[in-house]
Amino acid sequence: MKFWISCAVAMFAAVALGATLKNEYYFFAGYTVLMFIVLATAWNILGGYAGYVNFGTPAFFGLGAYTAAVLFKAYELPLALQILAAAAMSGLLGLGAGLLTLRLRGIFFAIATIALVVIMETLFINWRYAGGATGLQLLRPPVTPPFDSYIKMLFVVMAGMAVASVAIARYIETSWIGRGLRAIRDSEEAAEASGVPTLKLKVFACTISGALMGAAGAPMPMYLSFIEPASTFNLNYAIGALASPMIGGTAHYLGPVIGAILLSSLQQLVTVTISNEVNVLVVGVMLVVFVVAAPDGILGLLRKVRWKRS
Amino acid sequence: MEFSFDLLLEATVFGVLLGCFYAAVSIGLSVSFGLLDVPHVAHPALIVLGSYCTFLVARYGIDPIVAGVLLMPLFFLLGVAVYRFYYETFEKRGTNAGVRGIAFFFGVALIIEVGLILVFGVDQRTVEAPYIGKALDLGDMRIPLRFLVAFGVAVTLMAGLTLYLSKTFTGRAIKAVAQDEPALRLMGANPVRIKQHAFGIATATAALAGALLIVIGPVDPGLDRVYIGRTFSVVVLAGLGSMTGTLAAGLILGIAESIVLMQFGASWAPAVAFGLLLVVLGVRPQGLFGR
Amino acid sequence: METLLSVRDVTKHFGGFTALSGVSLEIGRGERFGLIGPNGSGKTTLINCISGALRNDSGSIAFAGEEVSTLPAYQRTRRGIARSFQIPRPFTSMSVLENLIVPLEYVQHRGSLHTADTRSEALEILRMMGLADKAETPSNQLTQIELRKLELARAMAARPRLLISDESMAGLSGNEVEEVLAILRTLNESGITIIMIEHIMQAVMRFSQRVVCLVAGQIICQGTPEQIVQNPEVQRAYLGA
Repeated sequence: MKFWISCAVAMFAAVALGATLKNEYYFFAGYTVLMFIVLATAWNILGGYAGYVNFGTPAFFGLGAYTAAVLFKAYELPLALQILAAAAMSGLLGLGAGLLTLRLRGIFFAIATIALVVIMETLFINWRYAGGATGLQLLRPPVTPPFDSYIKMLFVVMAGMAVASVAIARYIETSWIGRGLRAIRDSEEAAEASGVPTLKLKVFACTISGALMGAAGAPMPMYLSFIEPASTFNLNYAIGALASPMIGGTAHYLGPVIGAILLSSLQQLVTVTISNEVNVLVVGVMLVVFVVAAPDGILGLLRKVRWKRS
Repeated sequence: MEFSFDLLLEATVFGVLLGCFYAAVSIGLSVSFGLLDVPHVAHPALIVLGSYCTFLVARYGIDPIVAGVLLMPLFFLLGVAVYRFYYETFEKRGTNAGVRGIAFFFGVALIIEVGLILVFGVDQRTVEAPYIGKALDLGDMRIPLRFLVAFGVAVTLMAGLTLYLSKTFTGRAIKAVAQDEPALRLMGANPVRIKQHAFGIATATAALAGALLIVIGPVDPGLDRVYIGRTFSVVVLAGLGSMTGTLAAGLILGIAESIVLMQFGASWAPAVAFGLLLVVLGVRPQGLFGR
Repeated sequence: METLLSVRDVTKHFGGFTALSGVSLEIGRGERFGLIGPNGSGKTTLINCISGALRNDSGSIAFAGEEVSTLPAYQRTRRGIARSFQIPRPFTSMSVLENLIVPLEYVQHRGSLHTADTRSEALEILRMMGLADKAETPSNQLTQIELRKLELARAMAARPRLLISDESMAGLSGNEVEEVLAILRTLNESGITIIMIEHIMQAVMRFSQRVVCLVAGQIICQGTPEQIVQNPEVQRAYLGA
């Protein structure tokens, strides 16, 4: 019950901000943070709960973005339908790629996901209708009331997706599905011997994860009014989606949220004050430090501190 | 689609030269990932690091290949240190190690890549040598000399490593530890030291591979992302732990890439390695000569 | 005795190495069956083929009349084959109790999760194993014998008809061996067929009704414990040529 109240409060806050704040910069920054919350939460379903680390986020995210862009270009589809279509396409990709590669050991799966990203990028570089290598310019449709600016609307939409993805992750985590995924992560052989249909569960996690990432990508073309392959399929999305839960904590649905907020804010700060490269360096160092010294992430550290005090 | 036999021949020859280079570049991964089972996604980043180190040393007038060879002992020590750290932190603790190991090496690769950007900038770097810039005329084909040099060094490197693994005591111990670690322990050898040694050798080959890389063409810090696909597809296609397979797989990749480049253009070339990788993983995950 | 498990002509290769070669055996319902053999003889490989962790290259494996050799492991568990692991593989992020809830949820109560009381069922099993007081302990904090018992408890939670105990007693003290032996005997008395793989000869011989000896992937002898012990080939395999 507490959880749903928090969700309602969060949505209310987002809408309220949308109605009151004037400076559009906050919405741009907020959109990015919220988007990474969705990506990190989605990643964690397969990477954290099931233990299948992967670098495939840009493939699902990018496919979602391009699905939305192409459907908008062809049929002027409204944003809500773009998001649904994007989720469906990326979900299908997750299903297909999962069936193909999740029979393999963790490291092979991880490398296969990099392959997926490059292949997706290559496909869209060579697809003229979607803009090819140079990309596609898009004109935003007029913003629907009660919003007075498009970016504010995207902000609220992304807030809704963040809440939805966290709710989905929480449901999975606390259900028998989550227990099965954890069993797979702890010992896949023992899980299989205990009656857990490991392949089915992994593919399920991959499908949901992909669908959420696709949904997160859908508003991107509208956000930028532009889409092109290199930046859309950029491996940096993989970094953000992977590092956020590993730093925040992979065992609990709040871990990716904490990690995403932390890293996103850090990214904004460092990129603006120093440089974008140093930001990636900082993320890389933090990732290594946490993976080595604090494998349960920030949440794990907090738990230890609380345990010591009691 | 036009089909020219001459062009096909040229692509194949080029592919063979390129393929041997790919094999040499991947051989370190064949050892670290194929034999030692380390999820070493940072191997290509180490190769690019080798390229940049070669660039630095070559500025003193030293031939880049020689520079690469000189760097090998240094990289060997680096490899030993990295493996030691990886072992103490991950392999020893058992559970969850796989997940965190991949993330660890990913982080290391990131740090190397960004470190290189910060020190050298994003622009491409090249080296100079007497054989760079000239080409050999073989009938109708013009073969750039630097490819022949790289080919020669690559073959030597692979032959050397294969001999080392089969003829020397340490080399055979490395192969043994990959197959049956408990037996090795019973024979009195220390598996950790052997694996450490092996990882050091793998990293040393990365130094020379890096030198070859910058000889063949300009390098930039982001090059490791392209080579992750190439090295892993070679190693997986070869079959984990197979040295001769690495050569065969490298040749297959080189020729495939060359032909795709010729027929479909450069925008499709990066997908070849990854596409090949996915096909192998889907159809025959143990590769050509897998254990 | 009605046949529960029928292994016919099973072969398994690993590259050039043949781990199992034409292995055949039949196990009756309710039987106590022992599997012995020197290290590397293929015992665990055979178990892996029966439980589904590995696929046999040729031959057939039939359980309760149904061919199972093409089924994935989790489906074989759902049909009633459970096994413990030689080196215990607990679900380390879970408590002892939760370790048992996994098979209870995935084997027993697949259709009835909202009505089932898996917690009390799991406690029941832990009580029988003597682990009830460790129910909430994280499973990565258990001692060796507790881990072995957890392995058996988890296999039990799958409510099997056939339980394969893979060296559950390795490295345990005399008293601990007796404890595990008593548990296995109780399970057998409740109707569960048991295959026991062990190196502790006196345990296998006391427990089993029939014993099979596997050497280099082939069965060299089948019979009662007395017959096995007296067989010269078995003696040679264990004492060296």
